[in-house]
Amino acid sequence: MGYASRSPWVIHYDGSSCNGCDIEVLATLCPGFDGERFGVVNTGNPKHADIFLVTGSVNEQNIDVVRQIYDQMVEPKVVVACGICACSGGVFHDCYNVIGGVDQAIPVDVYAPGCAVRPETLIDAIVAGVKVLDEKEAALKEQKRAAKKER
Amino acid sequence: MGKATVIPFGPQHPVLPEPLHLDLVVQDETVIDCLPQIGFIHRGLEKLVEKRDYNQFIYVAERICGICAMGHSLGYAETVEELMGVEVPKRAEYLRVIWHELSRIHSHLLWLGLAADAFGFESLFMHCWRLRERVLDLFEKTTGGRVILSVVKVGGVVRDIDGAMLREIVAVLEGLEAEYATIVSTLLTDASIKNRTVGVGVISHEEALDLSMVGPFARASAVNYDCRMLGRGAYGDLSDFQPILDTQGDCYARIKVRCSEVLQSIAIIKELVAKIPTGDIAVDVKGSPADGSQASNVLEQPRGECYYYARGNGSKNLERMRMRTPTSQNLAGMVAALKGCDLADVNMIILTIDPCVSCTER
Repeated sequence: MGYASRSPWVIHYDGSSCNGCDIEVLATLCPGFDGERFGVVNTGNPKHADIFLVTGSVNEQNIDVVRQIYDQMVEPKVVVACGICACSGGVFHDCYNVIGGVDQAIPVDVYAPGCAVRPETLIDAIVAGVKVLDEKEAALKEQKRAAKKER
Repeated sequence: MGKATVIPFGPQHPVLPEPLHLDLVVQDETVIDCLPQIGFIHRGLEKLVEKRDYNQFIYVAERICGICAMGHSLGYAETVEELMGVEVPKRAEYLRVIWHELSRIHSHLLWLGLAADAFGFESLFMHCWRLRERVLDLFEKTTGGRVILSVVKVGGVVRDIDGAMLREIVAVLEGLEAEYATIVSTLLTDASIKNRTVGVGVISHEEALDLSMVGPFARASAVNYDCRMLGRGAYGDLSDFQPILDTQGDCYARIKVRCSEVLQSIAIIKELVAKIPTGDIAVDVKGSPADGSQASNVLEQPRGECYYYARGNGSKNLERMRMRTPTSQNLAGMVAALKGCDLADVNMIILTIDPCVSCTER
């Protein structure tokens, strides 16, 4: 396990969700499910975050915001699409102002479906995300080593 | 006086669970103007009535907002029932109100937690959310869902709650009441909380009326209006209902009003559980709304009055469905309350109106 995956810090952004998934993201970290006891800490700063939890689908107005937050995050980073709207657009997929799932804007690593997504599913998704985080970290290290050798 | 500067606030901000963008015009740490910009969550779901028939749309309506999900499905169902002249069985009305009041308790506990978090009282935030989990457990036991309940349908409700479960609801709420009292006494007597909230973001009674504010935000400025006092549905059978008012109109008053409303909701649920009649929980609804028929309805959501309007066109699909949600009413009040405040108080004031952005933008 790498440093980041022992205590993954998460940042949450509400795309165009109905709040249902947002409060479940918060409930996951609060008493009852208590993700914090495993070191999952919520942060408001993209630079501090390892895992990006996006709820809701993307639209013309927020697609740039989602991209900006993703770009500001430091490698290695993992994106978890929380809830069916973030996965595919869900019940709103044929609304005129919905482009689709978050994968239309940024690469998504883990999909956590559900309407609203259940905290148990979210914990599973974060655990799956941590594995991806480890793999990405290992790949980054490998790259650095290769670059050093070349020099 | 220093030069005026614009500080962007949001859409991604630690204090906001939802995206709302404000341009704060600041002069010497004082906010002199505030321009809200919305549209980050707009989905355009009112237009979905053209694609979903009136029975299917209830599942879209309750996804207007995940916090007031129960209220929106209830408001929509009541509007369509009025449109089609459907009489709902008495037991269904009682069950609806019980769930609706439970969702008010969960919404207010959620808000009290977020407010505590906004002034940096994280342990209180966690305690509020711990209590809220119990209400969500009740939802899960009675409906299967934690957030989106999908329990109301046009003509009644989908599930019944049996006597044993009703008694359990009352028992859980009684247990919650005792622990809630400690939280409230902290919220209302702690000196550091009072320092942050007393006299902050004051809205006078006249301003509240001028800006047509609704809900606890208005009631904290002594606006004597709560849709529940109209006595629709099971609310009419309550022995007594008085809106909870406060006169100060500041952040502290808004916290006080919401604190008392939780206890009021618990009392309403207890009374309804004692009075609930036996009988059917739904009637069959056949046919479609007549061409040109119209209906409107108001409902007290946790955040205030929500207005629903529906028009039929003779087909299964409604011609128009319109909601006016409490937060879109209260945004004007929020801007008024922000003018003249300190920059450090901005997040507190924004939170005390309990903004629900996904309701506002739909």
